[in-house]
Amino acid sequence: MAIRERLSGNEAVAYAIKQINPDVMPAFPITPSTEIPQYVASYIANGEIDTEFIHVESEHSSMSATIGASAAGARALTATSSCGLALMWEELYVAASNRLPVVLALVNRALSGPININADHSDSMGARDSGWIQIYAESNQEAYDNFVQSFRIAEHKDVKLPVMICQDGFITSHGVENIELVEDDLVKGFVGEYEPEHYLLNANEAMAVGPYAVSNYYMESKRAQTEALHNAKRVILEIAEEYEKISGRKYGFFEEYKLDDADYAIVIIGSAAGTCKAAVDEIREKTGKKVGILKIRVFRPFPEEEIAQALKNVKSVAILDRSEMFAGTGGPLGAEVTAALYRAGMFKEVVNYIYGLGGRDITVSDFEDVYDELARMAQTHEVRDNYKYIGLRE
Amino acid sequence: MISDKINESSPWYELTEGNKIYEAATSRQFKTGEWRTQEPVHDDEKCKECYLCVPVCPDMSILVGEDGKLAFDMEHCKGCGICAKVCPFDAIRMEA
Repeated sequence: MAIRERLSGNEAVAYAIKQINPDVMPAFPITPSTEIPQYVASYIANGEIDTEFIHVESEHSSMSATIGASAAGARALTATSSCGLALMWEELYVAASNRLPVVLALVNRALSGPININADHSDSMGARDSGWIQIYAESNQEAYDNFVQSFRIAEHKDVKLPVMICQDGFITSHGVENIELVEDDLVKGFVGEYEPEHYLLNANEAMAVGPYAVSNYYMESKRAQTEALHNAKRVILEIAEEYEKISGRKYGFFEEYKLDDADYAIVIIGSAAGTCKAAVDEIREKTGKKVGILKIRVFRPFPEEEIAQALKNVKSVAILDRSEMFAGTGGPLGAEVTAALYRAGMFKEVVNYIYGLGGRDITVSDFEDVYDELARMAQTHEVRDNYKYIGLRE
Repeated sequence: MISDKINESSPWYELTEGNKIYEAATSRQFKTGEWRTQEPVHDDEKCKECYLCVPVCPDMSILVGEDGKLAFDMEHCKGCGICAKVCPFDAIRMEA
């Protein structure tokens, strides 16, 4: 029987880590860190797991130590948030290019400045080109489920890439929700033992990690890395299918909420999708207007063709970004979804909104306004501004 | 040898995962001597075989033969000139 609990998102992910019992966890409590390393440290102190916890002096070091442990042959992970991720930047690329299957529990929060530690996707969106797989959650339940699946994806022989499991700061990190946990033995069986083929501590094989590769090898290296990301698409779906068997919960690249017959769609990532669902239910009940949601779960690799297919019957699309791209053209999700539609030959009315920066609330009525605008755009074929804000004082 | 398997004509799909190398001491195959713009010229007459230059070479490119004479590994010497600087007898000079 699944375990029914009520946990904060931090507790849920820490619980998943406890069930996985990884080999090594280096971490540093930068402001704003999360409670995840603290809970894991408690599990270790209480003798519930035998993970080696390494107290390092910064996030630059926590990611470096995670990389070192992984190269040595350990199942390694760390956790951070906001500027902690920014301090890991250099190492993020090293983890991915060295093809090390490490996992990072990331609580999405704003980057300074101005100084702010609330929910915002600018930390992980900034790292979107680092070569990591990125999986996002709407709820504490999804953060837990994604985390349990993470090592299986990362360690798959056709992938061997680091995975970032993202959840929204405070909303799905500190907020407490009802949750259904998978039994310990089922998680243990699902995740399995990590048995790397090559590792530095193998006394029977000489090995070097991270060699020098200038212009005569760098490009081939990057192309090979991209292949692993292509493979990750198939593997993510296979692991999700396997996870469904032990959890009863179904996951894909994204969730389609009442999108089947929808005329107007919102594309969104993270916890705000929950508020958007409430708006969809209310609009459908009150007005009968066919509104739906495409909630992105997997942002890297980007499921471009699948997204375009899912949106093929809608008349207009609003893409909502919880981070600025500072291109003067909108946010990253806006740019990539628009490109996905264009490449699929679908020319629809598309608008990109920036919302929720630095933890700004977004409400059901905000979503209702967006759907109204989508209906107007579909009717007039006129997009007023292809890039605008929700909840901005002006 | 790794360079028989992976070299400058290898397509991307033949590289090892993450460029990991499953062999020891492969840095010897990397000829850093190609970077040199100046090279050390050793004067056997002036040399007192004090070997002060040997440990300071960052590329371990100054070798001592069985006869006690110095030999320079020009495949790996980057021409940094530290040996010339440290020599008390002016027995090493850098030439372009």
